[in-house]
Amino acid sequence: MPETTFGTQRSTSSGQAPACFHCGQPCSEQDILLEGRHFCCMGCKTVYELLSSREMCAYYDLSQGAPGISPSHGESAIKYGYLDDPGVIEKIVDFHDGSILRATFSIPTMHCASCIYLLENLHELRQGIRSARVNFLHKELTVTWDQQQLPLRELVALLASIGYEPHLSLEAIREGGEKKTQRSLIMRVGVAGFAFGNIMLLSFPEYLASGAEVDGLLQLLFRYLNFALALPVLLYSAQPYWSSAFKGLRARTVNLDVPITIGIAALFLRSAYEVIAGVGPGYFDSLAGLLFLLLIGRIFQEKTYAAFSFERDYSSYFPLAATLLEASGLEKSVPVSSLKPGARIVVRNQELIPADAVLINGDGRIDYGFVTGESEPVLRRSGDLIHAGGRQVGSAIELEVMEEVSRSHLVRLWNQDAFTRDRESRYTILANRISRYFTAAVLLIATAAFLLHLPSGMGKAVWVLTAVLIVACPCALALATPFTLGTAMRLLGRFGFYLKKAEVVENLAAIRAIAFDKTGTLTVAGSGHAQWEGEGLGELERALIRSIVRHSTHPLSLKIFASLEGGTAFTVDRVEEVSGYGLLGEVAGHVVRVGSAAWVGADEEHPVAFHPADGSLSVAWVAVDGHVLGRYRVANLIRPGLDKVIEDLSHEYELTLISGDTDRDKPILAPLFGEQNLHFRQGPHEKLQFIEEREQRGEHLLMIGDGLNDAGALRAASVGVAVTEDVTSFSPACDGLLAAESLKRLRNILHFSRHSVAVIKVSFAISFAYNLVGLSFAVAGKLSPLISAVLMPVSSITVVAVATGLTTLAARKSLGGRQEIEG
Amino acid sequence: MNVIFVLIGASLAVALGFLAAFLWAVRSGQFEDGYTPSVRMLFENRKKRNQTNTIEQTNQNSGDMDDAG
Repeated sequence: MPETTFGTQRSTSSGQAPACFHCGQPCSEQDILLEGRHFCCMGCKTVYELLSSREMCAYYDLSQGAPGISPSHGESAIKYGYLDDPGVIEKIVDFHDGSILRATFSIPTMHCASCIYLLENLHELRQGIRSARVNFLHKELTVTWDQQQLPLRELVALLASIGYEPHLSLEAIREGGEKKTQRSLIMRVGVAGFAFGNIMLLSFPEYLASGAEVDGLLQLLFRYLNFALALPVLLYSAQPYWSSAFKGLRARTVNLDVPITIGIAALFLRSAYEVIAGVGPGYFDSLAGLLFLLLIGRIFQEKTYAAFSFERDYSSYFPLAATLLEASGLEKSVPVSSLKPGARIVVRNQELIPADAVLINGDGRIDYGFVTGESEPVLRRSGDLIHAGGRQVGSAIELEVMEEVSRSHLVRLWNQDAFTRDRESRYTILANRISRYFTAAVLLIATAAFLLHLPSGMGKAVWVLTAVLIVACPCALALATPFTLGTAMRLLGRFGFYLKKAEVVENLAAIRAIAFDKTGTLTVAGSGHAQWEGEGLGELERALIRSIVRHSTHPLSLKIFASLEGGTAFTVDRVEEVSGYGLLGEVAGHVVRVGSAAWVGADEEHPVAFHPADGSLSVAWVAVDGHVLGRYRVANLIRPGLDKVIEDLSHEYELTLISGDTDRDKPILAPLFGEQNLHFRQGPHEKLQFIEEREQRGEHLLMIGDGLNDAGALRAASVGVAVTEDVTSFSPACDGLLAAESLKRLRNILHFSRHSVAVIKVSFAISFAYNLVGLSFAVAGKLSPLISAVLMPVSSITVVAVATGLTTLAARKSLGGRQEIEG
Repeated sequence: MNVIFVLIGASLAVALGFLAAFLWAVRSGQFEDGYTPSVRMLFENRKKRNQTNTIEQTNQNSGDMDDAG
């Protein structure tokens, strides 16, 4: 086995750390060398070893850049024990035949051809896997495997270990309903297209006869064949429109599908009449063509929605498993639904409390951030009742369950109406309102036109009636908004800005002021170097600290280790890491503690000033043999390039900074924001109040935070955006997720939203103009139903094309060129 | 000229057959995923790790074209 060497990163002369061969991240904290390649962490190195031992290094060749995902992201040591429970297996597995199982997993981290390659060659990694198939657009993997050789739990653990952790949910992973709709839509298009082509073929004689009569029997044959072919189109292909129109009518609203349905009915009835009465060939070709084009439009529309969907809803926060403490003292992982009152469970650091329970043992520090927006942990003692939904911060606690876990309880917790801000798009509301008047107006105009032409004969009158009904197409109105916003949402997604709903784009366009959080948003948490503050450290002390710290993978420990580069390290006699508190170790006869002030024994009077608002990540105190030496501080650096962004933004928007931190960064921020716009030491409640005040005054605010301790403020703002390094995590309170490296594009994003709204207005205008022109011709009797039937889908397509095209153009102009848009 | 009735009947029958085939394909999931096959076809066939003679390997290769799983 080739030697693995560890090293503290020495910067090269250009100051750049080498990139990890597996995941592409810079190896800034650790640099592991293997076979001449650099890896940023053990996780990446392990995956590489696995692939290389199975001769699957094609994984790396298939993509430009490093395709890997570091498996150390996300929670480590996740217990999959509950996957042994047959009830759970039942819910996850699609199909089983003896010991062969098949299940579909949602794997949101797959992003490229290499991922497909690796996942479809899963059978090479482990015996027992029969086959694996990827559906990339849905980010799903369907695996068939032998349960006897490989239990479900191990399969999931395997996937997690290579960086493709499945997102498990006990709800149906993908509602079968959606698949069925898509399929049935395609089938309806197929039938309509089939009918369209064949009817046209059979209509050739009529087209080419140019006045002369077609041979009697043949003419009858062709006409009735057309009739027969049009029937499935009317009854099957047009069904979505019928059901939508009737649903609307039953609810006493006239929605946009009603005029379309009337038009279709009119066309069919007129054509049926003409054929049966022998008066003419009817317009079955137009009917079939109309439906064909309409349905295609619908498919396109649905594809746009499906192309990017903010799939993760709050159900991803429902804990699936809990650690049951059995009478014998053994810990077992069980599904949350099996917890009965009286059961004892253990909840560890960062785990969710799954059910209302009484605290038996341990210090409860519960963070109810997701529920109330307050991230200040609530302290609870033995005997206190703890409500479900909070997250334990600190050491593990033992609880006794009071109530069974019901999903509806948790749903209600998170389903406060502030979380489900269903603000419908202003333009959709407008379109629906217009459509009501529109339909009434059209019916009036149609009747008027009918009466107008009645003196010229019944045939002509019906002809004009159908022409008017069909040409008046409000469908363009209905399509403009969803297509524009849907396209905008999809394009923004490619640039790292993921929206919950298309309507957020509209709200973004109305923004006039922006409020920023500081820690984690403007600054990258823990990005700087560890600085020592305190007594001078001699060689011995440095060696002691180095020896202890290298046994920890905590980010702070790595930074401290990096700052103490070079020099010796002793072997430790004992080292213990208590998460949330610190490290305790015995080395070379000395007792060393590294960690929080309380852990180390430092108190407020210690000469090095103690800032309680510092996030615990940034500070580590050190004490040797009970004597506090001082501490390491990791400064938070402002994200590179951000100062320019803020400066640009300040010309167009009112900027404010509300931060929970102290004003230590004031000198850097004051020139950018203006001193009066900086607010420090704001707790979550103050942030919320600040936003609410401004919103009530009518200002439309965009709040940008990290989604953790500003959940309340994010909810209250017109648009709340959470900045995150890892876009697979999700905060229920926000309207959108902004990838950290896309923060510098904020101004472009806002411009683009404004352009998108302009595009909606343009599309409305086009649709209006079209209707005006079409109706005038139709009423004048100059428009045949055939032409109007063609014009209708043409108008829809024009509006869709214009909306999508203009939006894409706007994106290219505002957000970046073609090469920046990844496929 | 009356043969045209037969011809039309026959062509309609063929067309209906194609329609049926299309509907069957949709229902069996052919159109579910339009993207992944385009990536999948660019992968190289891996050499089988156990010993197989060339004939089996060729069969394996052409067999890989079919839909698995």
